[in-house]
Amino acid sequence: MAKITLSKLRHSYLPNPTSPADYALKEVDLDWSDGGAYALLGPSGCGKSTLLNIISGLLTPSEGQILFDDQDVTALPPDRRNIAQVFQFPVIYDTMTVYDNLAFPLRNRGMNEAMVSARVAEIATMLEVTDLLSAKAAGLSPDNKQKISMGRGLVRDDVNVVMFDEPLTVIDPHLKWKLRSKLKELHQKVQATMIYVTHDQTEALTFADQVVVMQDGEVVQIGTPEELFERPAHTFVGHFIGSPGMNVLSAEMRDGGAFLGEHNVALEGAVTAKEGTPQIGIRPEFVQIGDVGLPATVRKVSDIGRHSVVEAMIGDTSVKAITDGAVPEQGAAVHLQFQQDQTRLYRDGWLATTGAAS
Amino acid sequence: MKKRSLIPIIYIAFLMLPIYWLVAMSFKTTNEILAGFSLFPQSFTLENYVTIFTDPTWYWGYINSIIYVSLNTAISLAVALPAAYAFSRYRFLGDKTLFFWLLTNRMAPAAVFALPFFQLYSAVELFDTHIAVALAHCLFNIPLAVWILEGFMSGVPKELDETAYVDGYSFPRFFTTIFLPSIKAGVGVAAFFCFMFSWVELLLAKTLTAVEAKPIAATMTKTASSAGYELGLLAAAGTLTIIPGAIVIYFVRNYIAKGFALGRV
Amino acid sequence: MKTQNHKAWFFVLPVLLLVAFNALIPMMTVVNYSVQETFGNNVFFWEGLRWFEELLNSDRFHAALGRQFLFTGLILLIEVPLGVIIALSMPRKGPWVPVCLVLMALPMLIPWNVVGAMWNIFTLPDIGLLGYLMNTTLGIDYDMTQSPFAAWATIITMDVWHWTSLVVLLSYAGLVSIPDAYYQAAKIDGASPFKVFRYIQLPKMKQVLTIAILLRFMDSFNIYTEVFVLTGGGPGNSTTLLSIDLVKIALGQFDLGPAAAMSLIYFAITLLVSWLFYTLMTKDDAK
Repeated sequence: MAKITLSKLRHSYLPNPTSPADYALKEVDLDWSDGGAYALLGPSGCGKSTLLNIISGLLTPSEGQILFDDQDVTALPPDRRNIAQVFQFPVIYDTMTVYDNLAFPLRNRGMNEAMVSARVAEIATMLEVTDLLSAKAAGLSPDNKQKISMGRGLVRDDVNVVMFDEPLTVIDPHLKWKLRSKLKELHQKVQATMIYVTHDQTEALTFADQVVVMQDGEVVQIGTPEELFERPAHTFVGHFIGSPGMNVLSAEMRDGGAFLGEHNVALEGAVTAKEGTPQIGIRPEFVQIGDVGLPATVRKVSDIGRHSVVEAMIGDTSVKAITDGAVPEQGAAVHLQFQQDQTRLYRDGWLATTGAAS
Repeated sequence: MKKRSLIPIIYIAFLMLPIYWLVAMSFKTTNEILAGFSLFPQSFTLENYVTIFTDPTWYWGYINSIIYVSLNTAISLAVALPAAYAFSRYRFLGDKTLFFWLLTNRMAPAAVFALPFFQLYSAVELFDTHIAVALAHCLFNIPLAVWILEGFMSGVPKELDETAYVDGYSFPRFFTTIFLPSIKAGVGVAAFFCFMFSWVELLLAKTLTAVEAKPIAATMTKTASSAGYELGLLAAAGTLTIIPGAIVIYFVRNYIAKGFALGRV
Repeated sequence: MKTQNHKAWFFVLPVLLLVAFNALIPMMTVVNYSVQETFGNNVFFWEGLRWFEELLNSDRFHAALGRQFLFTGLILLIEVPLGVIIALSMPRKGPWVPVCLVLMALPMLIPWNVVGAMWNIFTLPDIGLLGYLMNTTLGIDYDMTQSPFAAWATIITMDVWHWTSLVVLLSYAGLVSIPDAYYQAAKIDGASPFKVFRYIQLPKMKQVLTIAILLRFMDSFNIYTEVFVLTGGGPGNSTTLLSIDLVKIALGQFDLGPAAAMSLIYFAITLLVSWLFYTLMTKDDAK
């Protein structure tokens, strides 16, 4: 188990990168503590798999260093980094039995058979695959195959970090939550540092203590699931996390305040950045429909179970609000009130107001 | 890494050596050949090629070969396409047996069929015609084409057919405008192998022809035995037979690996 | 799921007719001949199974069959491992891959008698590149018209030259279909190159290798033209393989009865051995 430090990491797939756009991964500085559960979250093509492959050693970064417990491993090949990785599609050795699959990484490292068999038995119990041990791996169902490939990562007790690259992609939806909670449980049991790469916010937020949100090769925010939800540092995070995502409304700055059309909008705190395109960000959860506030016309109402999402137009700007109270009719004139301590200003996408508490 | 790539390089060098020797020989004069060993043509000549391109018994050999090979490829594909579609989409009485029986024909030794073919095609008065050779080669090319195409067609989801029917396509129109384009790699691979086996086969082609449809390869065997030491001419003729194959494989190079990957061929 | 549709027979009908015309009628002719004796002029005498009995007890047939199995066995032993090794050492991607594939496939596209003629020219003792190299440069006595050993070495080398690429192309296709994740996982699991081969590459190549072995078996068992052009079956009868012997009997001596009986036995052996190969190699999958 190890602490992981990424220092001034950059990567380009081109031989001679010149502009920032040539980098698949823009400069990353990160510290992950020993035994934590982390998630890399972002849409496909955001650079999260590149970052993962750099950590596992399948890819050598163009610039920067990777440290495991303050030791530089940038130049080490994957097998010397003591890491484990679970891939998108289950990788199992078809011709071997489940037992031999689990024993494979241990035997390759010359462990004696008695210890191998003890370790395999332990992991098999944890994964609840003990009764499958003597079966041929080729005949297993996708979720069991994925369990076995997780098992191959967990069976070694010297791993620095276990990495999961969208491991639930091929699993049936009704089995996904089962494997997900199994994984969480495993993390608590084995106390290994785990990194989970996904584009699915639910997977990331339920698994990780800390989530790294990436977009276009750039880390946009690192934080606990609560922080990401409550104070998105970037409109992308606000939009990507949450369902529906944060309202991001084009605004105008004049007379020292933020305006939505001709209406002044009260912000959570002082504006820190003077330059850049201003946008107001507020989550639908904090927009109230009532008799006071900004006048708007209801355009659409959708029932999403316990709540309803009301889409209303302030002028020609669409705003979503979540309500569990009475739902207005389509076309009705309503007033929207933004909860002030949750109303933020973003400039060029980045958060530009100081929080009420800070 | 560097050391490993030596193996394919050595192997390709081994493949090229006899071909080089054939090509080198084709540019030598008969005198030079008879005079003894020389690594490169000393008195470079195109005379052998001139002979081939001016003598009708030579160049008609090429034309004959190309005619029956093209005929065979066209026939094989034309009948194999619907059959492969049937095998890949439907279950019908005796389908498995039929499929297996087709494949066993691929295993038949050509020597076994030489004499009966001669008699059969003489009986139907097709002896010494291009169509005779083209039809005879169907014996092993049709099973192969059906096999390859069936593999590619099974890779196309059945939903494609159903969607097209729902959209009101008739079968012939669906087959030609939607289905064929989606398996064009397979058609390419199948055509390649039909061409290849028909082009390289000699025993049946020789047995079924005398003058009118005589393949180039047969013209060569005659020269080799009768004119004895016309090695340069023989080498030039041989070199020219490599060219069509080389052209065809160049065109399908990107499909070949894919065709092989399906485990068909 | 395939749908039951007997009208599909109409799609298969042209194939059936064409192949039946080419396979069944000649086969019936062969069966017909195999039980009769003829002296020409279309006069036939019933012979029953005499030709089969004679053939199965004939030393000439046994010898040809033995040579045939020796030839096929040797080329399989060389071509399959060699092809796999070459496929393994090819780069997985890059600009050179198509070039390699085209060059490797080239020998397979040369007419079979040209292959024979080419190797004849290549091995001529006085003016062939290989013959000259062996005899003059290396001082090894090499003349395949004189020495059966030289003749065998030459036909084996020729077949390796001609057909190893088929094994290479098939194995290579099997190899490139393995997703990168397998290699990455193996690296992470600390597997040695041999274990990568044994547990990842070989299992993935198994299907294509089965086909490669089957095809090489069938085609080498039926080989005629290349060997006939190169050695004519000699020196003596030392390279007279089954096909060559068959053509000698049928077209050379015009002994149609024995030739037909031999054809049937020949075809039966090819089918039987192919079936055995196939069953053995796919046995594990059935379990």
